[in-house]
Amino acid sequence: MAFAAIYVPDFAIQAIVSAEPQLRGRAIALLDGKSPLFTVIAMNESAKHAGIQIGMTASQAAQFCAVEKRHRSGRREEAVHSALLDLCWSVSPRIEDAALDTIVLDLAGMHSCLGSATNIARQLTQRAAELGLKINSAISEQIEVAIHAARGFTGTTIVPLGEESEILAVLPIRVLFPSSGSMETLERWGVRTCGDLAALPVQQLSERLGQEGVRLRALARGEFVRSLIPAEPQALFTEKLELDDAVDHLDSLSFLLGRLLHDLCVRLQNCSLAASAVHLRFALGDAFEKQSLLAGGQPDAESAPEVYERTLRLPVPTHDSRLLLNLLRLHLQSDPPQASIVDISLAAEPSRKRASQKQLFQPNSVDPEKLEWIIARLSKLVGTSNVGAPQTCDTHRPDAFCVNRFRPVNEPQQNRRKGHGNAGQFVENRFHEDHPQTALRMFRPEWPARIIMQREPPARISFRGLHGTISAASGPWRTSGDWWREDAWNLDEWDVYIRFDSVASRSAVTPDADVPDGVYRIYYDHRCRKWYLRGRYD
Amino acid sequence: MPPNSPLLRSRVERSLAGRVPAPFDYHDRSVTDYVSAGIPEIDFLTGGFPRGALTEIFGPPCSGRTSLLISALRTRALQREHCALIDASDAFSPFHAESAGMNLNQLLWVRCHSTHQAFYATDLILHGGGFGLVCLDLSDISREVVRKIPLETWFRFRRAVENTKTILLLLEQECNAKTCASLVLKLAPGPMRGSATESSDRKSEMGDAHFLQSSFTRFFQGMEVHAQVVRSRTKPVATLEFRDHRISVANNSGMNTRETIFTTKFVGNLNFAQGSSL
Repeated sequence: MAFAAIYVPDFAIQAIVSAEPQLRGRAIALLDGKSPLFTVIAMNESAKHAGIQIGMTASQAAQFCAVEKRHRSGRREEAVHSALLDLCWSVSPRIEDAALDTIVLDLAGMHSCLGSATNIARQLTQRAAELGLKINSAISEQIEVAIHAARGFTGTTIVPLGEESEILAVLPIRVLFPSSGSMETLERWGVRTCGDLAALPVQQLSERLGQEGVRLRALARGEFVRSLIPAEPQALFTEKLELDDAVDHLDSLSFLLGRLLHDLCVRLQNCSLAASAVHLRFALGDAFEKQSLLAGGQPDAESAPEVYERTLRLPVPTHDSRLLLNLLRLHLQSDPPQASIVDISLAAEPSRKRASQKQLFQPNSVDPEKLEWIIARLSKLVGTSNVGAPQTCDTHRPDAFCVNRFRPVNEPQQNRRKGHGNAGQFVENRFHEDHPQTALRMFRPEWPARIIMQREPPARISFRGLHGTISAASGPWRTSGDWWREDAWNLDEWDVYIRFDSVASRSAVTPDADVPDGVYRIYYDHRCRKWYLRGRYD
Repeated sequence: MPPNSPLLRSRVERSLAGRVPAPFDYHDRSVTDYVSAGIPEIDFLTGGFPRGALTEIFGPPCSGRTSLLISALRTRALQREHCALIDASDAFSPFHAESAGMNLNQLLWVRCHSTHQAFYATDLILHGGGFGLVCLDLSDISREVVRKIPLETWFRFRRAVENTKTILLLLEQECNAKTCASLVLKLAPGPMRGSATESSDRKSEMGDAHFLQSSFTRFFQGMEVHAQVVRSRTKPVATLEFRDHRISVANNSGMNTRETIFTTKFVGNLNFAQGSSL
């Protein structure tokens, strides 16, 4: 088994040069630091010969007119590093990301398709040159030997088995990356090369430098064996588009989004992945004076944000670009950006595709992707808080509920439900097999009413132009709670049978003038001292 | 049979491909799958709610429609089917549904504030498919408004659930879907004595509601609901007489009218303080 290591000398410099080819062959110095304290952190040989030194300030370096000064670009270095990783993955499926400027490849099984070790090294060099990078490569049976040889020798180095110590002997010890203390000690001893270090006795070395000394000696002799630490491919599913002209119309924007989503979904499909979330980012231009078609209102130029960012989370990962586009359109219609768009960026969170196996006797459930689309449209129609699965709240407050997101449930149900959260009190299932439970239809909001009391039970009731006699009443059922809050309640509830007066006494206020007699629930609110109708039994 | 019949048949099928599935196959519309409504009396009366068809339940307020709806939703949820309720008046009570034993996680509740929203939401859900029961609750919408809904809307809804497993329930105050509905059920408060057309103005003092008198207060126990099948495309069930059930046959255009009575049970919140005020 052989390993190949590639090393990019002056990585930061080469990263800049790969973006600016006109700088190739010129003296370059890199500046970094916090403004205004920029210092020289890297330079190539030409700049070194010109007199530039590490640590010089920007003003000092400015005196060297023949040297090109550039600021270090972390983004550019990341991009070059990603390109290097892609290059190595195109050669071998197992690589180790040893450092920003060093990558190790496992060449096991590669000889049959890529040829000899020399051929492989030559191919790596050529491909790196296509990226605008000049690399050193080394091939050896040991990983560390390949790394050190790539760092120490220029060009391509082949280290035959058994000759590692001889070949590494001429390299300076700095290629082994010793600690600063060990480096200082070794220099004081006059140990300059790996050969000198390899010749030192191991026991005395360990007494003076400890385990690090032993490790450095093994590295210098080519005896340090370790396994490859394979790197996982970090697939970034991002699509960006810079616009020449700002876009302020949803149809035009939808066309562009559709194109980007299509490319994104194709990349996801190629990797057998799906998107579990889509991050949308717009760079906004200046707020325009005319009315925004997207916003539907007058934009405020002073308060217009520069960036519009939203995240669309999906309950089920999908790579359907049309579905994603429709969901984004609904999203943008309900929450449009406040200015025209000059730059679009879409990023998908990759996830495994949904793999579900339905049960043999389970009825077909709603397709999750279609359901997401339906819920999005319903939310736009009636509001997000009015669509979903209802859930009673853990409180005694009447008609306390919340609406949660509707998610198809496929777990086996129990026939009896116990306790719906009334402060831990057990409430037995009230479903009776013989008789269905009487349901209450709620009036939201509650209807105000006027009650005429005859001693304890209410006797007459009037609401919405209707008048009636209460011929039977059950109550009062007192309930109160949350006394420590401003929205505390204190109610007396009644279930009453109302016999309405004749048709002649009913006004036309109510839309439904023909209201039959029936059982209603009314309550008296002690806080505001008013009567209300909560609902009727149906 | 002409010798080129198979060729002609294949040519016709090819030209209709994608628009009409299996044009030469006979579709027996009378074969329908029925599911329980959750109330034995209703199941006996109607044979259950038909799948892939529109069932219309109408009646005045306080006639038991919502109780029947909750029972049907609960029964479907027990069968692990997802249900959708398009609530045109936002009158659904999650507390009472949960008290009846329904798993609310199985229910998609759409709280509408206009009939336009209700019909648009129903359209979306029906065409999305996958729900075992879809109910459009127009119980509190005035009759004048519902009468203005064009008949084609009901036809469209019926077509949307045909050949599917979805039960479409329609709750309203009077019958509007008419021939579009495969089953039309009329609910009324209280029992009906004598002929089927007798009105309900012969109520007792308590009306159709049962109030149990105790030493210090009354307890509301439930109410009686009269159910009558107005129209049904199902095969008629065997004519049997049961106690508290009354089954009669009316000779009008060969359709059977059947009636039954069921009683709903009221179960209040056990945490309430009972009795007179302190």
